Amino acid sequence: MINTMLFGAAPYVLLTLAIAGIIYRYTMSKYTWSSQSSQFLENRTLFFGSFPWHYGIMLILTGHIIGLIIPSVILGWNSAPARLYLLELTGLSLGFLALFGLLTLIYRRLTNVRVKALTSGWDVLVLLILLIQVVTGLGNAILYRWGSNWYAGAAVPWMWSVLSFQPNVDFVSNLPVVTKVHIFNAMLFFALIPFSRLAHFVVINPYKYLWRPYQVVRWYRPRTARTEHLVQYK
Amino acid sequence: MDIRAQLSMNFHMDKCIGCHTCSVSCKNVWTTRRGAEYMWWNNVETKPGCGYPLTWEDQERYRGGWEVSGGSLRLKLLKGPGKIRTLANIFFQPNLPTIDDYYEPFTFDYQNLFNAPAGDDQPVARPKSLITGEFMEKIVLGPNWDDDMGGSPLYASNDPNLKGLSESQKELLTKFHKLFFFYLPRICNHCLNPACVASCPSGAIYKRGEDGIVLIDQDTCRAWRFCVSACPYKKPYYNWANGKSEKCIFCYPRTETGQANACAHACTGRIRSVGVLFYDADRIEEIAKTPDERLVEAMREILLDPCDPKVVEEAKRVGIDENWIKAAQNSPSYNLFKKWRIALPNHPEFRTLPMNFYIPPMSPILHNAKADAGGTFDPENMDFFHQIDKMRVPVRFLANLFGAGNEQVVIESLKRQMAARLYRRQQRFGDVAGGNSAVSQMLNSVGLTPNDCDEIYRLVSLATFQERFVIPETHREAQSTVDPRLMYEKRGTVGFGNKKKELIGRQW
Repeated sequence: MINTMLFGAAPYVLLTLAIAGIIYRYTMSKYTWSSQSSQFLENRTLFFGSFPWHYGIMLILTGHIIGLIIPSVILGWNSAPARLYLLELTGLSLGFLALFGLLTLIYRRLTNVRVKALTSGWDVLVLLILLIQVVTGLGNAILYRWGSNWYAGAAVPWMWSVLSFQPNVDFVSNLPVVTKVHIFNAMLFFALIPFSRLAHFVVINPYKYLWRPYQVVRWYRPRTARTEHLVQYK
Repeated sequence: MDIRAQLSMNFHMDKCIGCHTCSVSCKNVWTTRRGAEYMWWNNVETKPGCGYPLTWEDQERYRGGWEVSGGSLRLKLLKGPGKIRTLANIFFQPNLPTIDDYYEPFTFDYQNLFNAPAGDDQPVARPKSLITGEFMEKIVLGPNWDDDMGGSPLYASNDPNLKGLSESQKELLTKFHKLFFFYLPRICNHCLNPACVASCPSGAIYKRGEDGIVLIDQDTCRAWRFCVSACPYKKPYYNWANGKSEKCIFCYPRTETGQANACAHACTGRIRSVGVLFYDADRIEEIAKTPDERLVEAMREILLDPCDPKVVEEAKRVGIDENWIKAAQNSPSYNLFKKWRIALPNHPEFRTLPMNFYIPPMSPILHNAKADAGGTFDPENMDFFHQIDKMRVPVRFLANLFGAGNEQVVIESLKRQMAARLYRRQQRFGDVAGGNSAVSQMLNSVGLTPNDCDEIYRLVSLATFQERFVIPETHREAQSTVDPRLMYEKRGTVGFGNKKKELIGRQW
């Protein structure tokens, strides 16, 4: 029963909340769509927090997404033990990298007076959710070996069953508690995106920077002769 | 030819008394909000000095401005891997100045003066941080910390513009009889090739086509702060409280209605003037790549003569309004920078093509005795321009500040200013050695006509408000992009919109 609620019904509630919230906030309150940077107030500790955290967690997340989209590739890669060990070891190191970064960030937020002055309750909640996520993720990797294999075998089919609107709780109901916390917490994370600084997780524009011209010019009315809006050089 | 209009401000540095009225009026109008207390969109620095933020001119540290690399123009900030560097550093920006490079904004605990219990000691108002709200042990930096060369061994001696000065010239910092300083008022330069715009990963910063004012779209800004580093003049500021960058907006709500900017309007010394320039946007890249020694000259070339019938015709064709053309023809900026060649851009070597111009200061002649008594100057053995080299402010220093290191442009400006002064003196008192013929010979040698001198004299000393601020109204009624029903939406909100909340919690 509790499994059905947590992994059969709750995903729809939380994901709907996330998607509707993201659309609402992006269209109605675009001004607030960013993560408030505190580097301007403190930039020594931040370096040791932000870099390891973001790069560690981004790579791990990419791994999860690859596993979700093409699980057969992961299973195929893992068929030779040497490659399995390599993948697991890489994942584990990146996890520890992210944990180190995250702990640094938490330490910074709790101890630096200037950063503390900017900290809202949401920031603390976000850090807590992320900490639970990383710790349970590392717990899975250490306690229940070869997670990359059974992730593709158990969690991925469940996710697809949810995404195809035929939730099948059987895939996850027998997983250990640590794993269940990891999965449920991930959904909480998504639901938090529109309400907190996690909004910056959904970034839309910086990639354009790579191919836009350096200069941006805006006209308040169409020019009589030219329609060109940009100084065209890179 | 792609002709565009640009608003531009000029500063007559001889007349700046460093009273900071400009800074205060700017602050009162625009930056009294939380998170903006430390921002001075207009600030006045003492030169030599470290400036605000500290050593902003040191681009080895902040990587502001542009460089020519392999024949193409590139942001210094992108050194190495190019634009990918920006994305790779998006989580931590290695060249960002922090609040400690500006100063921690503070107030004083004035209530203590009223509420302190009776005691043996006079109660004091201790400083309190405006960020944390806690008492500060002591104030260690302010927006104008080295005013009038205060602490010069520590501050002024680190001025990046002192490079290339001889040891004896550097005595100006320590020897009282050689001492000099002057004031450098600074606002955003609203550059033709702005580095802040070019560095913004979210594309929030833009230059307005109609008047060249550079603005930050607050809805698009994502707090990545690359503009703060990329601007070599450090004029975009990061608002730490609402997580957006802000900058000098050239008082566009005022200039659009033909009013003078708050800083310029308030200036007690009347050192400022504002005018319209026409430039050829097709040539921006070419001009910005010019080698240092030709840079100022190239910046003069990109400006178009607003009285040239061909330019006027082209301006009309691209839809520049009649009143803008007329303003450009009476522009103090064009006259000072291009026609009379006495105003110069600040640090053109940053290659952003800054559009504010400074008339470099004349200064007292350096002498304490005749040459045979060990002095450096012999008043009995002088010609008109001999004094330029003997001025207290070393030409080298001015050249580092206003000429990309090219002393010739500074000497030209100083000679022309001196010629105009001597011409006027001859007109008024007739006591210049050599009389009228010597004066007209001198004018010929610097390339000024008597008419020019009269006009220079009028603009820098007698000019009325309307002559100093030739600001045409913008025809907002003809614009197509703003819904007229929303035009007054931002009234009373200093242009930043209503206060907004993160859905629950933080106040924006």
